[in-house]
Amino acid sequence: MSDLPPYPPLDPSTYDLIIVGTGVSESVLSAAASSSGSSVLHLDPNPFYGSHFASLSLPDLTSFLHSISVSPLPPPPPSNAHDFLSVDLVHRSLYSSVEISSFEPEILEEHSRSFNVDLCGPRVIFCADESINLMLKSGANNYVEFKSIDASFVGDSSGELRNVPDSRAAIFKDKSLALLEKNQLMKFFKLVQAHLASSTESDEATVPISEQDMESPFVDFLAKMRLPPKIKSIILYAIAMLDYDQDNTETCRHLLRTKEGIDRLALYITSMGRFSNALGALIYPIYGQGELAQAFCRRAAVKGCIYVLRMPITALLLDKASESIVETGGCKGVRLASGQEIFSQKLILDPCITVGLESFASLTDQQRETLRVLVPKAMSSKGKVARGICIIRGSVKAGVSNALVVYPPKSLFPEQPTAIRVLQLGSGLAVCPPGMHVLYLSTLCDNDDQGKTALLSAMSILIGPQVPEKLQSDSVIENDSAEAKPVVLWRALYVQELVKGEFGGNISSASSPDGNLNYNELVESALRLYEQFMGSEELFKEETSRENTAEEENDGAVEIED
Amino acid sequence: MHGRPRKASNPEDEEASAAKAVKLRVLQSQFMSNHHDKMYNSLFFCYRNLMIGSVSFRLLIICCLLDVLGFWASSYTKEAIELSTKLLEINPEAYTAWNYRKLAVEDTLSRIESDPDLFKSVLDEELRVVESALKQNFKSYGAWHHRKWVLSKGHSSTGNELQLLDKFQRLDSRNFHAWNYRRFVVELTNRSKQDELQYTDDMISRDFSNYSAWHNRSVLLSSLLARNADGFVPNQKIPEEYRFVRDAIFTDEDDQSGWFYHLWLLDQTVNVETPLLTSSWPSHGSRVNLSGSGGLNDSSSKLPSFCSESGSFPLILYFDQDVGGVSSSTVTIDSELKGNEDLVWEPVSNKSSEVSCVWVTRLKYTSTEPQKEYKVKLRIGNSPGIVSSRGCNFSSPYEFVFTAHVHDNVEGSQEGIVSWTDGFSNWDAQSVDLKSLVTFDQLNAHMDLNWRQEAIAEEIDLFRLLSDSKIGKLTLARLLVAEAMISDDAIKGVNYKEILKLYNDLMALDSSHYQYYKDEHTVALLHTVTSSTESLSRHLFQYSDMNNSVCLRLNKLSLSRIASVEKLLFVQMLDLSHNELHSTEGLEAMQLLSYLNLSHNRIRSFSALDSLRHVKQLRVLDVSHNHIGKHSVDTTRYLCSSPLSNSEWTQDEAGRQMPSLATKYWDAYFVLRDLNLKQLDISGNVIAGDEFSSFVTQVVPKLVWLDGQKVRS
Repeated sequence: MSDLPPYPPLDPSTYDLIIVGTGVSESVLSAAASSSGSSVLHLDPNPFYGSHFASLSLPDLTSFLHSISVSPLPPPPPSNAHDFLSVDLVHRSLYSSVEISSFEPEILEEHSRSFNVDLCGPRVIFCADESINLMLKSGANNYVEFKSIDASFVGDSSGELRNVPDSRAAIFKDKSLALLEKNQLMKFFKLVQAHLASSTESDEATVPISEQDMESPFVDFLAKMRLPPKIKSIILYAIAMLDYDQDNTETCRHLLRTKEGIDRLALYITSMGRFSNALGALIYPIYGQGELAQAFCRRAAVKGCIYVLRMPITALLLDKASESIVETGGCKGVRLASGQEIFSQKLILDPCITVGLESFASLTDQQRETLRVLVPKAMSSKGKVARGICIIRGSVKAGVSNALVVYPPKSLFPEQPTAIRVLQLGSGLAVCPPGMHVLYLSTLCDNDDQGKTALLSAMSILIGPQVPEKLQSDSVIENDSAEAKPVVLWRALYVQELVKGEFGGNISSASSPDGNLNYNELVESALRLYEQFMGSEELFKEETSRENTAEEENDGAVEIED
Repeated sequence: MHGRPRKASNPEDEEASAAKAVKLRVLQSQFMSNHHDKMYNSLFFCYRNLMIGSVSFRLLIICCLLDVLGFWASSYTKEAIELSTKLLEINPEAYTAWNYRKLAVEDTLSRIESDPDLFKSVLDEELRVVESALKQNFKSYGAWHHRKWVLSKGHSSTGNELQLLDKFQRLDSRNFHAWNYRRFVVELTNRSKQDELQYTDDMISRDFSNYSAWHNRSVLLSSLLARNADGFVPNQKIPEEYRFVRDAIFTDEDDQSGWFYHLWLLDQTVNVETPLLTSSWPSHGSRVNLSGSGGLNDSSSKLPSFCSESGSFPLILYFDQDVGGVSSSTVTIDSELKGNEDLVWEPVSNKSSEVSCVWVTRLKYTSTEPQKEYKVKLRIGNSPGIVSSRGCNFSSPYEFVFTAHVHDNVEGSQEGIVSWTDGFSNWDAQSVDLKSLVTFDQLNAHMDLNWRQEAIAEEIDLFRLLSDSKIGKLTLARLLVAEAMISDDAIKGVNYKEILKLYNDLMALDSSHYQYYKDEHTVALLHTVTSSTESLSRHLFQYSDMNNSVCLRLNKLSLSRIASVEKLLFVQMLDLSHNELHSTEGLEAMQLLSYLNLSHNRIRSFSALDSLRHVKQLRVLDVSHNHIGKHSVDTTRYLCSSPLSNSEWTQDEAGRQMPSLATKYWDAYFVLRDLNLKQLDISGNVIAGDEFSSFVTQVVPKLVWLDGQKVRS
């Protein structure tokens, strides 16, 4: 970056809102704020959109994960006795235990331009997700195309992948369920549907599920419905997408109540068939998850937001005079890496931006309060997510390209504390060259070792020997025999810290990618931030665009529309 | 499409339909300006006046005009054809426009016969028009029909048809037009039935709630099984199909499409297509006592005897399904009784004069040579001709022998009244071998029972798991009936107990289908009664007044219909009082029946007794305490209050003089005039009264006892 020409100064230099980082929540906020008429400056230190949600080539991904702290900051210009105080910022990495191995560098080199690998994988979108509604509302849907995830499976230590019977047709076709199990499962789905129908229809006098049941743990409710353990596990981990073992009260950090469980099933059920050409409940953006953040950014740019990439910020500018803090909240703006000072009373910062402890120590109490959200939290309390990426030749399931695999807690080894989710994506989504697949894995963990052990056990079940035989290496061979396991060409393992977005008056911090499969919690927290910044101003009013409603035959792309 | 609520029309739709109306109006005026010179002035005038009507009405008129044009003009102008194209693309329901096109195409083709390329292009244009019409409404009868017509000309390629169908069946997988057309194309292209079966597989796995797909599957399978196509043998395929449909039923027991297929499978399992002889009277090896009118003088004889004034006795054949073609050439009789060379077999059925499951002929005998025994031998099906209504031949020749014992004729006819209340004594089960009277169930020797029993036993075990639902209970009951049909007596007894209980439960659970369950319950009950000599003999009594006639008393059983008649062909005296019968349908097979008690039932009109017209032997009928006359019109059968109401006839179709009250009591008239009753009880009905009594005496001249009173001496 040092070779780059000096930055031209930005004009204007004062904004309603400065956002640093182009992750999903930041991008949603900038699009929303720009649409409502605010002047927004959106910065990102990286040369690409998406921050921790970006989709990158393999070398870019490698260097992003390895960048422990972003390029040495240029020395701050001498502080010319301003009426503000400058506080130096520290960029810290969210990632630890990064471990990257390439088994066939030549092949990957040959196709280096064909990869779009997600940093925040595995991640998909439910058709009925809030993020989809938001895209439709904002018009961001004009910039992204989606395709269906063809299948979802539940796996265990035997290596067998069983279809998730998530619809009537799927239950009908399922060969592994006994007749009575099919009956019970379908009855349960119908009960949920009846409940949803009756709870949306005005009076709640005849809701099929009692209030008492709604407050009880979901796992108890499933047991009450006499669902066998196999089906219980499918519902909890492959449909409601829970992480923690619901049967183990010691390790379970989040015991789901029936109410929430029904909500999660409702999301799944309403997702199925929301869009006529989506096969199931899940869709994925072509060219990777990075497209999503970028789409919102483009929407923001249309509405007047100014974008500057490759622009780190080096310092925060705070009010010196303590009396004016009451009015302004104490925040004056930021100093860019170019040395320019940009002013705004409102800041939203990337989760990896923190205040150095030594500079924090010299601040007054009021200033500390202003910077509250930028103080690094104690790691252990926040939790982590272990992520893995494998580039494989062949597929984990013959004949299926895009698929989700869930390993419920204890399914791979007895001590497995959380569910492991695996997402396989193929060249149809333009994330890798034909014949290969990208495999994303993730699991929640307390420490790096625990997470990596879990991911490695899932990999060893799904993928064959890790050092491929040289014989096969010169040509890409389609996996034609059902028994042959895929071969891994490249692998990354890393553990990501989970940082929740926080509202801190004038300076707020955005969320890091969470451990979930979809964006719902992230979008929810972004919307909360918006509300706190903007008050109750309506989000994306009158933005619904119908630019893309022309009917055309497309190659399996999911047309999302109202 | 199905069950989805219709969307309320939004402003855009309304705008669109307004635009459509404008377009139509333009089309019509174009049409007019092109052809007004050829039109009948009056029609044109009509049309002008109708310009104010609705769009669809005007469309109708334009179609009429097209029709006139096609009829009247000898040539079809290009403009007229183009107009009809536009018209059909807007509204494919315009039948007349399709017809007009048909005529125009026929005309064009007749002129270009020599050029196959031109031929094809004309027809291809038709296919294109149909396709765009179908895009407008894929349920248009006219459009599909036109397409069939074009294809049947045989000059168009059929390659695209299945693709087109796929498209429409994706839009609505239960669209029966598309399914019908699919069968047509398959027939035309000789596509293999196995491929089509696979297609139903695919459609069903996409969404198994698809009646059309299940139906097509049953049609394809029957034909494959009938042909014994490779791998398609019933003992493998049928169990496979059970496994297939089970998944659908268990996944969603509330979806009926699977149940229908299951019912069809069950039928395939227990029934064979080829008709079989179920029973006969007289039965094989039996001895029949015959006498002239007045009956036997030897009252000590415990043998039931049959007496007839006409000197003939009926010979009854009872088949398991409707058959036709029973005649003296398909049934040969070797008999020592004289004068029976050219026997006429008659079907006993209200519905048809061609087919029936009961056939009867009358053998003549004379009592001039008393105490003689005659051997009668019947051979059925030796020469082909007996064919079921489905077109299957009766293919298992059968023969049986019985002896007829002719007794002395006794002078003096019986004129005593039958009381139904006393004179009954218990039947001495030892006295007569009941088996000689009744053909008890025999298992069908031609059926391969093993796999059938296995398949049904497996289904029963599984459906016990669903027996907390209504349809689960019903299917279980049906399965148990099926199992009983193909099993021996021990299983039967156990099954029928459970069946009766299941139907009782269902009656309590599902009141809206109460009558159906009640009927099935009755059938099961009658099956139990007639399943063995022991159970049947519990209902048999000796009636002392009438030469010790045997009376079958099925009273107070809350029966709601007649069933198991094939085992009761021997019965001459039947007590069905205190039941819940609505009709006598089924009793017509009991050709020996002379005394019938139907008192205290739910018969609502004489029309419900219609089947008794076939029972020529009936002399005593008690229909007292029913609901006859409570409801003036039996609306289930006739649309008007009386078929005689507006006629000035005084004679019926047989040339008989009609009594004066025939128009009022027409339903009674039609039944009673064909019965040779000596005793009739109608008291306790709304219809009963002096007027009706006098009417009855006119219609039934031989009547001796009416409501317990002697009519004439």
